[in-house]
This record gives sequence, structure tokens and C-alpha cells, in this order.
Amino acid sequence: MFLGVVYSILFWIATLVLVIGVANKVRLYWNTPSPLKIPTMPAPRTQKGVVLRMAREVFLFQSLYRADKLLWLISIVFHYCMLLIVLRHLRYFLDPVWGVIAFIQPFGLYAGFGFVLCLIALLARRFLIDRVRYISAPSDFLMLILFIVIGVSGLMMKFVNPTDIVMVKTFFQGLKYFSWQPLPADFTLLLHLTSVVLLMIIFPISKLMHAPGVFFSPSRNQMDNSREQRHVAPWAAELDKQGVDYLSELKK
Amino acid sequence: MAKYEAPPLMSDDGIVDIPVVVPDTMKGAGPFISKPEFQKPMNFPDDIEQDEEGNWSLIPNWKEEALNKLDDLRGRYRSLQVYLDICVKCGACTDKCHYYLGSSDPKNMPVARQDLLRKVYRRYFTFAGKYFPKLVGATDLTEEVVDDWYNYYHQCSQCRRCSVFCPYGIDTAEVSMAAREILNHIGRGQKYSTEIMGKVYKIGNNLGLPQAALADTLEGLEEDIEDETGVPVKLPLDQHGADILLVTPSADFFAEPHVDGLIGYAKVFHELGLSWTLSSYASEGANFGMFIGSYENMRKISMRVRKAAEDLGVKRIVFGECGHAWRVAYSFLNTLAGPFDFLDARYPVPQHVLEITWPALRDGKLNIDKSRNDDMTLTFHDSCNVARGSNMGDQENGQFDFPRNVIKAVCNNYIDMPEDTTKDATFCCGGGGGILTDDLMDIRIKGALPRMEALQHVTDKYGVTHMAAICAICKSQFTKVIPYYGFSMDQIVSVHQLVSNALILTGQVDEDEVTEGEE
Repeated sequence: MFLGVVYSILFWIATLVLVIGVANKVRLYWNTPSPLKIPTMPAPRTQKGVVLRMAREVFLFQSLYRADKLLWLISIVFHYCMLLIVLRHLRYFLDPVWGVIAFIQPFGLYAGFGFVLCLIALLARRFLIDRVRYISAPSDFLMLILFIVIGVSGLMMKFVNPTDIVMVKTFFQGLKYFSWQPLPADFTLLLHLTSVVLLMIIFPISKLMHAPGVFFSPSRNQMDNSREQRHVAPWAAELDKQGVDYLSELKK
Repeated sequence: MAKYEAPPLMSDDGIVDIPVVVPDTMKGAGPFISKPEFQKPMNFPDDIEQDEEGNWSLIPNWKEEALNKLDDLRGRYRSLQVYLDICVKCGACTDKCHYYLGSSDPKNMPVARQDLLRKVYRRYFTFAGKYFPKLVGATDLTEEVVDDWYNYYHQCSQCRRCSVFCPYGIDTAEVSMAAREILNHIGRGQKYSTEIMGKVYKIGNNLGLPQAALADTLEGLEEDIEDETGVPVKLPLDQHGADILLVTPSADFFAEPHVDGLIGYAKVFHELGLSWTLSSYASEGANFGMFIGSYENMRKISMRVRKAAEDLGVKRIVFGECGHAWRVAYSFLNTLAGPFDFLDARYPVPQHVLEITWPALRDGKLNIDKSRNDDMTLTFHDSCNVARGSNMGDQENGQFDFPRNVIKAVCNNYIDMPEDTTKDATFCCGGGGGILTDDLMDIRIKGALPRMEALQHVTDKYGVTHMAAICAICKSQFTKVIPYYGFSMDQIVSVHQLVSNALILTGQVDEDEVTEGEE
């Protein structure tokens, strides 16, 4: 039961940090104005076009495809594997499990291998390509290693030393209703869960913010309509209103 | 010319091979520093001092001010805040910058250039950087960091090529502009830009050409055109009540091949019967406020265009061939100096001169003899700020189609350079964004390498003889730099120069025909 209590607390804290942290960042991005129209041209001339451009970025990694075909392949396989894995894990939170989630279970399993292989490839790039090595900080390596630990420990539970997944499911069901439930005292499981907790906690303070952040990128989410529609940030409008050239001349 | 060495042209497909990282090849002091007399008119602090060796100090409380400015800017620019946060260091941009490709200095890789600022942002404004600086590559703000900022943010031409390839659209230009704005406020302004902007405030253009000199120059051009064609084509200045205000880079008034472009605009306007004028008050299309990341100064310069349009009572504003001018005009002018509800609503504000010339050519309103350009095989250099920062017409890709359509309508021989070097993947000429100054000659030459490889490729393969451009900076940069690569400066032409060559004015009598007749 001790483990169950500790991990319940850890997961609650991690969830809180993740949700509040990301919400705070998103609020910051939302509230910060874009004073100028800076879409990377050619840009869509309609709102619908912008939605399509963003969809091509988010679902197909269009720009990355143009930049580097091999990296694109690794990245897109990695991300879709991760998506399948996350969906697969919904079975621990849903009761009853939706049909579609039950259906993808085997695919999620294969995705586990794709996930780890892609991560190894991404890690290898950081060592092998001199330009990428130059720009990598220790945290860039550690982030990949953290993901690898999550992936490998997950696969181990499936293929090497299985854990009591019925008990695990009861634990996560309990989390939803704030009730303590015991966890199996398996090293692999605890390693898996600890890494996930760590990942959730560092998400809002790390480069993982690229996931929500991409939607706020002005070079991708703006429309090409600057001549037709005037676009002025509130702080810049104040210059017009008070008829001055410099912000330092503004009266509060 | 011997002072600098250009990298050898070695590629066989017109695409530069990615160089191996060689740290610090471009380490240096950066461009000349803006003196107090140039800082003041920009509303930048000017309490900096020079020691006996001529080195300038930073302002007394520079560190605090730098961090304040960074905090201020990330609160006013979503681009900056988001871009500082979300880079995953994937490396997709690392081989996309012409300055990295030409210099091998890793700090010229877009992500590494951003990191110069990002590592300070992380140290002072993020949880991870405050408590685990080594882990996330965060560093303290020191004078060495400021020196790196000054040097490497002046090896970025803000061409935005990296932003095309970034999976999140991270635009190094936004980071580099912010960094320069911070530097402006701690006593590290760039002399080239601030001195020129001072001239705009005082006289009206980057070159400091006063009204009388300008009038004289234009008169001279009118005489030249009349001598050559027998047609009295006018280049009006400060003419009240004209329909069109033409705003063009001041290099168009005297530099080669720019001036041939100006003659081209004048001939097109004349032939179409358009009433137009230049303004001595707003005799500059370029807006260096963008280069130094100063919204306020960029707005102040833009306001001159608005005032000139109001004072002269024009109905339309048209911009000449100038890349950065066109980005500011197309994308920012309405924001900075709008709304333009006092102008004729039937026309977009502002228009590019190509938006007048192309429809006229398309509709057969100009009498063209293409064979007059048969001595040339042309290619076209997409100027970075036009390609990635603007558009023309009302369809996507207009900025690529309009100039090409015009060239093809007036020339028989046209070849595009390789795909990875044109349109939105175009390479900067190497002189954009405030780099076009003699104190940055080394990086200018190296930065031209990718374009030179592409040009060499089409020269060898298709016999291209000339490269047309629609940007005053591209034209100036290339005429100066291509001799280092074995080309000659007269291979660079203005697009409207080609129009001018092929356009037969109503009533035109050609010089050689006159001579023949007399014999």
C-alpha cells in the first residue's frame, strides 16, 4: 500500500504541474501580442488556408520534410508511434475500454518498438552529425534517454517480466477518484512510472512545449492580408493615439 | 580586392556542399559601433565612452538594461517569446543559412545564432535555467556574451530562409532583430544603420541627397532618356496633385544598375499615361528601422511616406524595386502608418511597381521588342525579403510570378536557377538586413557563396550571362561581390532595366536610326 500512496501523490502532483504549467505558458503566448504580420511567405490568404497550413505542419511535418528527409522520416514515425502508445494506454484509464482503443492494442505494441528505434536514431544523430552535436545541451541528450527508459521499461513489462496489469489498472482507476490503491512492487513498473512522472513535470519547463507552442508561431498561423486589413498591437496603437514616436514618450 | 578571399566554387549541381563545423572562423569585433551622435536621434541611450585604444564602453548599467529590454521585448512580441521557448534543437535549420554555408562558423547556424540570446533568456527567465543552468545550456550575461551578440547578430541578414525549414516556423530574423534592439539600448548600436537613419530624419533619404541635388539628378535622367529616345519622359519631383507617389530606394537615383531601373519605371508610367511624382521628403524606400529591430524608428520612417502622400495629395502609393522596402511596405506599412483611407480605395496600398508593369504587359498596353534583350540570357535572383516577407497581386506566389512574367515578357532567353535556391528557398545575396557595409566585407563575400554556386551552375550549363534582381541591396551587394567569384559587375541588371531596353515608347526615335537617317 505504501507504494500506492507514494505513486498516487506523485501522479497527482505531476498532473497538476503539467496542466497548470502548460496552461500558464499557453496563457502567456495567448496574451502576448504580435505587433507585425510576419507569416513566412507565400502564406494562405484565407483563414481556412491557415488552418490547412497548420494541419500540414502538425500532422505531416511539411516544413521538416523540405528541410531534411531522413530526420522527417524518423520524427514522423516517432511521433505517430507515440500517439499510438498513448492511445493504447488509455485502457488503463477507461472503464469500459472503448472499442477503438481495444482495436489498436496490437498496433500500439508494434509502435513501442518503432518508438524506441526512432529514439535511438535521434540520439545517434546528436552524436554523429557535427552540427547537431554542436547545438546539443546535456538536457537534449537526457530528454531522449528519458524517453528511451520509458519505452524500454514498457516493452520489458510486455515481453520480459510482466507485471500485474489488473492491479495497475485498479491503481489508475483509483487515481481518478482520489482513492489509494496498491501498486505491484515491480522494479520495471516503478521505473516506467517514475520516468513518466518526471516527463510530466518537466514538460512545461522544457522544449516539449513545442507541442502547444507551434500553434502560436506567427510565421505559420498568420494570414497574408496585411494590405487589406490593418493589424495593430495594443501597445503600438497607443503610439498612434497619443501621437508620439517613442514608447518612452507615452503618458501612462 | 586582394584583401579578401572568396571560397572556391566547387559544386557541380549548383548547391553548396554542407561544410564541416569549424568554430570561431568568423569571431571578431563586428561592424563599426554607433557613436553617441548617431544614437541620439534614434532615441537610444548615448552615455558610452571611448578609451585610448578607441574601444567603446557599454552604458554604465548595461546588464540590467539588457535584461530589462529582453523582458520588455518578450512581452511585446509573441514571436520572440514563443521562439525562445519551443526550439527542440532538431538541427533542420543548421545547413540552411548562407553565412554558415559560406563561413563554416557554427554560430552562423540559425539555431546556434538564436541560442546566443536563448541561453541568456533561459538563465534569467526560466525555471530550468535559473536552477540547472549547465544542464540546459544557460549562461550568465557577460561582456563576452554581448560581444558575441554584436558580432554574430550582425552576420544575420534576417532573410528568413531558416524559418521556411523550421518545423515550428522559428524565424531567426525575429530573434536577431530583438537582439539588435537590446544592443541598441546598451550602447552597441550599429553605425551603418543608425547613421543612415539619421540622414532619413534630417534630409529624407539614406544617401543624404537634398531636394536640390535630387531635382538635378532627375533632370539629368530626363535629358538622358530624351537623348536616347527622342521622347520627353518626365521624372517629376514634389508635384502636388499627381496621382501616384513613387517611393523608391535612393540608390535608384545614381547607382548602377539601379538607375536603369528607375528609368524603366519612368518610361512605363509615361507610356501608360500615369501621373506620378517622387517626394523629396520621403525619397527613400528602404527602412532600416526593421534591420535594427526598432518598431518605433521603423514607424517613424514609415510615417514620412504617409505625410508625403498627404502633403502631395496623391491617390496611390507605389514602391520601386527594393526588397526590404517592399517587405515593410507590403507587410507593415498599413500597420505602421495606416489606415490609408485618404487614398483611392480601388488600388491596394501600397503597390509594387511590378503590379503596374506586369498587368500592362499582359494586356498588351506596352509596345515591346523582346529582341532588344537578345544579347543576354537572364536568370532571376529572388530577393529574400520579397520572397519570404511579401507578396504581389492578390494570389499566393505573386512575388515569384510577377517578376518572372515581366522578364519573360521582355526577354527571349530566361533560365531559372536550381530549385533549392529560388522562390521561397532563395538565398540572400549576402548583404541584406544591415550587412551591406564595407566593415562587414568578409562575411558579405562568404555569404554570397550559395548564390554564386547557383549562378555558376546556370552559367556553365545554360550560358546565362546576366542575373536580374528587384532589390537595391541585392544589386549593390552583387555588383561589389561577384568579381571576387570571377564574374563581372555588369552582369547584374534591374528588372525594369530590361523593360526599359525592350519598351518602344510612342514616338520613339532610336539613336542609331537617327544617325542612319542623317547619313
